Amino acid sequence: METLTAARAQMEVSLAFHMVFAALGIGMPLLMVAAEGLWLRTGRAHYRDLAKKWAKATALTFAIGAVSGTALSFELGLLWPRFMAFAGGIVGPAFALEGYAFFLEAIFLGLYLYGWEKLSPRAHLAAGAAVAASGMVSGILVVAANAWMQQPLLDARGAVVRDNALAPFLSRAWGVMSLHSTLSCYIATGFAAAGVYALGMLRGRRDAYHRSGLALALGLGTAAALLQPVSGHFSADHTARHQPLKLAAYEAHFHTTRGAAEVIGGIPDVQARVVHGAIRIPKLLSFLAFADPDAEVKGLDAFPRELWPNVVVAHLAFQGMVACGFALIGAGLWFWWTGWRRREPGRWLLRALVLVSPLGILALEAGWIVTEVGRQPWIIRGVMLTRDGVTTVDAVPATFFGFSLLYLVLGVALALLLRRLATGAPPRAAQAGAAAPEVAHAR
Amino acid sequence: MLADLAAGLALAALIAYAVLAGADFGGGIWDAFARGPRRDAQREAIAHAMGPVWEANHVWLIFVVVLLFTCFPGAYAALSIALFTPFHLVLLGIILRGAAFVFRAYSPQSIRRPGAPGRQARRWGAVFGAASVITPVLLGMCLGAVSAGGVHVDPAGAVTIEGAAPWLRPLSLAMGGFALAVCAYLAAVYLANETEGELRADFRRRALWAGTAVVAMSVLVLPLLRARAPHLWHGLLGARAWPVLAVGVAAALLSGWALWRHRPRLARTATVAQAACLLAGWGIAQHPYLIYPDVTVHTAAAGSATLRFVLWSTPFGMLLLLPSLWWLFRVFKGGAMRLTNAPGDGGAG
Ligand code: HDD
Ligand code: HEM
Ligand code: HEM
Repeated sequence: METLTAARAQMEVSLAFHMVFAALGIGMPLLMVAAEGLWLRTGRAHYRDLAKKWAKATALTFAIGAVSGTALSFELGLLWPRFMAFAGGIVGPAFALEGYAFFLEAIFLGLYLYGWEKLSPRAHLAAGAAVAASGMVSGILVVAANAWMQQPLLDARGAVVRDNALAPFLSRAWGVMSLHSTLSCYIATGFAAAGVYALGMLRGRRDAYHRSGLALALGLGTAAALLQPVSGHFSADHTARHQPLKLAAYEAHFHTTRGAAEVIGGIPDVQARVVHGAIRIPKLLSFLAFADPDAEVKGLDAFPRELWPNVVVAHLAFQGMVACGFALIGAGLWFWWTGWRRREPGRWLLRALVLVSPLGILALEAGWIVTEVGRQPWIIRGVMLTRDGVTTVDAVPATFFGFSLLYLVLGVALALLLRRLATGAPPRAAQAGAAAPEVAHAR
Repeated sequence: MLADLAAGLALAALIAYAVLAGADFGGGIWDAFARGPRRDAQREAIAHAMGPVWEANHVWLIFVVVLLFTCFPGAYAALSIALFTPFHLVLLGIILRGAAFVFRAYSPQSIRRPGAPGRQARRWGAVFGAASVITPVLLGMCLGAVSAGGVHVDPAGAVTIEGAAPWLRPLSLAMGGFALAVCAYLAAVYLANETEGELRADFRRRALWAGTAVVAMSVLVLPLLRARAPHLWHGLLGARAWPVLAVGVAAALLSGWALWRHRPRLARTATVAQAACLLAGWGIAQHPYLIYPDVTVHTAAAGSATLRFVLWSTPFGMLLLLPSLWWLFRVFKGGAMRLTNAPGDGGAG
């Protein structure tokens, strides 16, 4: 295995792994403080039970997010030393500010998790709110580093601006990316949590605990999912203007045309420059990208072949993301419509919610693949090629396999523990007849 | 000047990491070596002490790494190449340690013996202990490799290693052992402070052993330093470093005495001072080298705009950070813990 291939693979695995926990680490605290806030307001015990349960899930996922994130900050250097030697001083300020956000998040999480009895209810709630806020801020800050890689700040002569410490925040991709990726964290968390309660209700546990858990999770998930196409449209609009090659790649738009059609589904054939088996909606791409059905959209043919990213991967990932997004919107609206008509959620609705529960996480991973694969072959678009950033050490294939195995083991172990956590509703909320959960080994 | 300040900031963060997270590693070491009739109680006390704070303590390492690659990108790149293998092993240790700690806390208890860890929990506990022993050794070895020489970096950034792998040399190995002993010492002293009765006696005894190990390891490191890293040796004896080291040695003596005389609070303060002074002395002696002999604070520094940003943002960041940290430690570290009434589901589990 070549060093470059192995390094890319190791980065992909590490980021994809971290991203799940980062998203949950941003979303779960919000659910947890919402439930606790409702408890303090209404005094209904099942809200407190939900808050405690979500706090436990947060404790588990946060720890894995923290260690995998630590691995990433080392891996930036271990895998891409020449990239870091060039860009460390430029993207660094984003990470430096993010460091403070991490600190606050970890401190307040410690206070929250272990402070149920030691803090006053208000102080405890405030600590939870601080976790939720600093988690969101840390996500927004790290995206600035990535936005700079997508669209670095250049001076009038086209050289990278080095004497401005705010460069990552001045990347014009930052705004659209941070909005879209923050929403995606709430979508991923909301629907994943909803699946747990939908499953519980399917098994006959239609108590206040499960109902409120479902409603809170879907409230967050649906609200964010409804905003996501709008935010995605801003992203696409930005990409069309500033990274036309990436847009052409993920839309599988091979030929420069006026009044370009939107290609839905299908498998791109890069040799023949056609898309097999796709549905085409005339003029829609021109309209979505430039708000003008007759606008010209640059195709892949406008760019040198050796600068194309992997069109098949980018297109499929993009389609997958959008499909997941609409599936989630559909399921969320179905739930709220049922509630609005004051009906009980039926079995089919609950089954659908279980079915779509992983799609938020899937869409989030797919979206990052669109963005990151679509940036190739550049590590800093237009400035440095990925192969020029890679390490000179030749042991990368070994570390790639080692780390992949490690993450696999951790992922499975965590999934089993979370399943245990999810199946044991607290005894107070459990109705007569429900099996008493095993005692968690509390520390 | 800017670069020196940034390096000082990184050193301060490294000291915070050593003094705070070092003790968390040390807790894991004592978990691995928990013995005797109070074995489970010792482990319980360690987990109880670490639980609320270890993640916040861990962030100091991230802070060090971020400062390093932001302010000294060239040095970070060179270290990442020269120490590719030990850094990966450190990561392995960090990942396993953190994951095993929380996994153990959420694994089911034993069905047959209520109150005792179940099989799964014991397995994760073993991983936690082993990773806590190995990681500080590796970190110490990396620190040794930076000082030992043998890593050459040409002006274009290409790295060549002269002779044996720098992290496997005698000095680096001795530094690894030293780091292990210091972590074990810090943890035992803190734990003696945070427990009562028989547990306190257990940890006090462990602290005395670990303190002896620290002294033994320094006796081993000093001649190696003189033979293998003369620049560092001279730096340590130089006018800037020796007063700091002298305070460190005095603090070490004081902490040993205070332990002996059953004065755990004083021992804790003195131990913190000891660890901080030793690392500060190392940093001062190492100055201006980041990687001896080719990379200095000045040759590796990022642009002045970046350095200025990092330095100016620090006071504002600390304004948020320090009061929060103070709150965290006041809530969980004010006064000895009473394990007998540790609330069942009041903790994270
Ligand atoms: C729950 C996750 C999720 C969902 C449902 C969607 N997205 Fe998304 N998308 C992401 C999660 C995501 C992401 C992972 O967060 C990305 C990667 C980089 C970024 O900023 O957001 C992303 C990137 C991304 C990009 C690439 C920007 C670029 O790098 O050039 C576009 C054009 C869209 N999205 C558009 C959409 C549209 C039109 C959606 C319609 C429903 C949509 N996304 C749903
Ligand atoms: C868009 C991408 C990313 C987002 C949204 C994100 C978000 C987060 C969040 C919310 C956490 C807190 C831990 C948790 O809640 O589980 C976290 C942890 C961490 N992340 Fe990421 N992250 C991203 C990518 C990265 C990258 C690329 C790096 C490094 C190069 C990184 C480094 C870290 C580190 C070091 C931690 C540990 C901090 C701690 O101990 O609290 N992250 N990340
Ligand atoms: C958090 C979600 C992210 C995911 C899932 C993700 C995914 C990926 C993927 C799939 C690649 C490999 C692309 C390829 O080789 O074809 C990659 C590369 C890379 N990403 Fe990201 N990325 C994320 C965020 C970030 C962020 C926030 C940074 C910020 C610094 C970053 C920095 C890099 C670097 C340095 C590479 C290696 C160079 C390259 O292949 O271009 N990524 N990422």
